[in-house]
Amino acid sequence: MALPEAKQTATEARLAALELPEGGCLKAARQAALSRVQTMGLPSRRDEYWKYTRPDTLTAAEVSKAAVFETGEAPMFDGFDRLKVVFVDGVFDADASDDLSLEGISIERIADICEKDIHWAKDLYGVLEARGQTPVQRPLAALNTAFATDGVVIHVTGTPSKPVNLVYRHADEASDAILHHVIKVDSGASATILENGPAAARFNKCMEIDVADGGALHVVRAQGRDHERRAATHMFARLGTESVFKSFTLTVNGVLTRNEAVVELTGDDAVAHIAGACVGDGDFHHDDTVFITHDAVNCESRQVFKKVLRNGATGVFQGKILVKEGAQKTDGYQISQSLLLDDDSQFLAKPELEIYADDVACSHGSTSGAIDEEGLFYLRSRGVPKAEATDLMTLAFLAEAVDEIEDADVAGAIIERLEGWLARRH
Amino acid sequence: MLEIKNLQVKLEDEDKQILKGLDLKVEAGKVHAIMGPNGSGKSTLSYVLSGRDGYEVTEGSATLEGEDILELEPEERAAAGMFLAFQYPVEIPGVGNMTFLRTAVNAQRKARGEEELSASDFLKEVRAKAKTLKIDADMLKRPVNVGFSGGEKKRNEILQMAMLEPKLCILDETDSGLDVDAMKLVAEGVNALRDENRGFLVITHYQRLLDHIKPDVVHILAGGRIVKTGGPELALEVENNGYAGILAEVDA
Ligand SMILES: Nc1ncnc2c1ncn2[C@@H]1O[C@H](COP(=O)(O)OP(=O)(O)OP(=O)(O)O)[C@@H](O)[C@H]1O
Ligand SMILES: [Mg+2]
Repeated sequence: MALPEAKQTATEARLAALELPEGGCLKAARQAALSRVQTMGLPSRRDEYWKYTRPDTLTAAEVSKAAVFETGEAPMFDGFDRLKVVFVDGVFDADASDDLSLEGISIERIADICEKDIHWAKDLYGVLEARGQTPVQRPLAALNTAFATDGVVIHVTGTPSKPVNLVYRHADEASDAILHHVIKVDSGASATILENGPAAARFNKCMEIDVADGGALHVVRAQGRDHERRAATHMFARLGTESVFKSFTLTVNGVLTRNEAVVELTGDDAVAHIAGACVGDGDFHHDDTVFITHDAVNCESRQVFKKVLRNGATGVFQGKILVKEGAQKTDGYQISQSLLLDDDSQFLAKPELEIYADDVACSHGSTSGAIDEEGLFYLRSRGVPKAEATDLMTLAFLAEAVDEIEDADVAGAIIERLEGWLARRH
Repeated sequence: MLEIKNLQVKLEDEDKQILKGLDLKVEAGKVHAIMGPNGSGKSTLSYVLSGRDGYEVTEGSATLEGEDILELEPEERAAAGMFLAFQYPVEIPGVGNMTFLRTAVNAQRKARGEEELSASDFLKEVRAKAKTLKIDADMLKRPVNVGFSGGEKKRNEILQMAMLEPKLCILDETDSGLDVDAMKLVAEGVNALRDENRGFLVITHYQRLLDHIKPDVVHILAGGRIVKTGGPELALEVENNGYAGILAEVDA
């Protein structure tokens, strides 16, 4: 079927500005992804899935510049015992990174494996992304698979002693980064991935995650504070029997962020938790789009998203739980809430449930509201100044999402960032 | 300590006068009780004194140790020594009771230019005080008032009062919802705080509480005014005969 003309033109313009990297063992995957993009076309405002978020700046051939923001503070996760993998404007920086060898985990650059003809990543690269294209199209992810210039493939074979920290630095105000990571967690293995930084003026990131039976992966990311940066990220996860995948995302600032998470529970008794906390002030548009498919028995999924918005900031949540036929005993939970600190901000939510099994427990709730005046007065009547009381209530609002982070130190670091954001607004 | 003169209060959003020229004086070291029919304005008085939004003072004044409090923010009133034990304590999901208490104690200390309590001193004090009120460690950890029973909420109010050591304590129906034993605990908590520098305003419907917390003065609030003031015997009269007699006498 031919694409609408405007979409065709926009897609061609974007593709013309890109170069398909030399493929090696990923060549076929990249070419298949390219033809997916050509068939689907890049997202446009007219697309139902982009009703609340304008994709133009994410799909434009030209990148909009974004000033590099010097916070003067130590980057997130500094001081953590971690294995650091640094990308500057989307390019791996070996000097800034740690030695990539660590017991229980192997880390290789996409650029390096491209030179090989045979590699395990070949069976995953672009595969989970392609699976995630139905029933809803995600053209920016296919674009990523085709054109990603860097990234890492991580194979978790045991229980590494420390987390891997993917650090995304932003140095060039016109950088346009496309990173693709593949993470494969072996049966019984477990690891934590930390991600932080703005990455680039425009960042397209795709992460494909395959967790084998009994494996566990935790991902905690803090998207950088550069005010003008734009990001479209995708996470495609496939979970085996009794496996666990938990993801938490903190977003502070950024003019445009679209985070998609596509999770497929394919083995019985698997657990997937996807959570996010974002705080936005003014020119801030943040979109969480989540699609969780239950395709096995007795699986649990949780989506917990909290957004604090002020000065005309916009929050979007599109979250779906799809329970396939036979996925009995599904426990699906979804909550998306926004705290609007003024009348100018808005929250647009589209929670969805689609259920084809009869023995399931699924709930979803979406709310949007101002700070609870009763609670505020109660705190103030005990002597807590208004600003501090408001912060306390705001952190309390975010708590359910932050509680999804298992590691107390990591959670502490995230809370510190949230407190910093609040304090800067006094 | 507390001096209220001709206080007239209406609702901000509605043309409804609730307090209609209320006069009241609470001296340091004394316990004053306020009784009165439902809807007579008792809670309104306590809210107006602690600075809740939604009310408009159209006339009159209220001072705490000579300072006009009606112009102050709620937190400033608290720092000045005002405390209200709420008739309906508020639940605050996500804020731990302990965090809440420590934040409140230290905020008041800071406002008064005092040093903050160290974490260990605070913990020691809170544990000791919680114990006398039979508040267990679990209740201290849980979010403020969330899932607390009615009686637990009221005991939690008294714990806050004990930690904050206010100058003027207003207790709005702290006895409602308490079983007999809890009422004793609460009364003991209050009595432990009684001293010559502290004043109490105890709002209640029942003599029962006043058996435990012996008032020096009893006021009857009706139709937005203090219509009668007397000694402890006035509470007994209400208990036995209700308000009809008193109100008839006032109207006459
Ligand atoms: N925010 C409000 N909006 C509407 N009416 C109000 C409001 N606050 C108080 N009122 C009204 O003012 C009157 C006094 O209320 P208040 O709560 O002070 O009574 P009270 O003496 O404490 O009663 P109770 O013994 O039942 O606790 C009542 O008629 C009540 O309905
Ligand atoms: Mg009342």
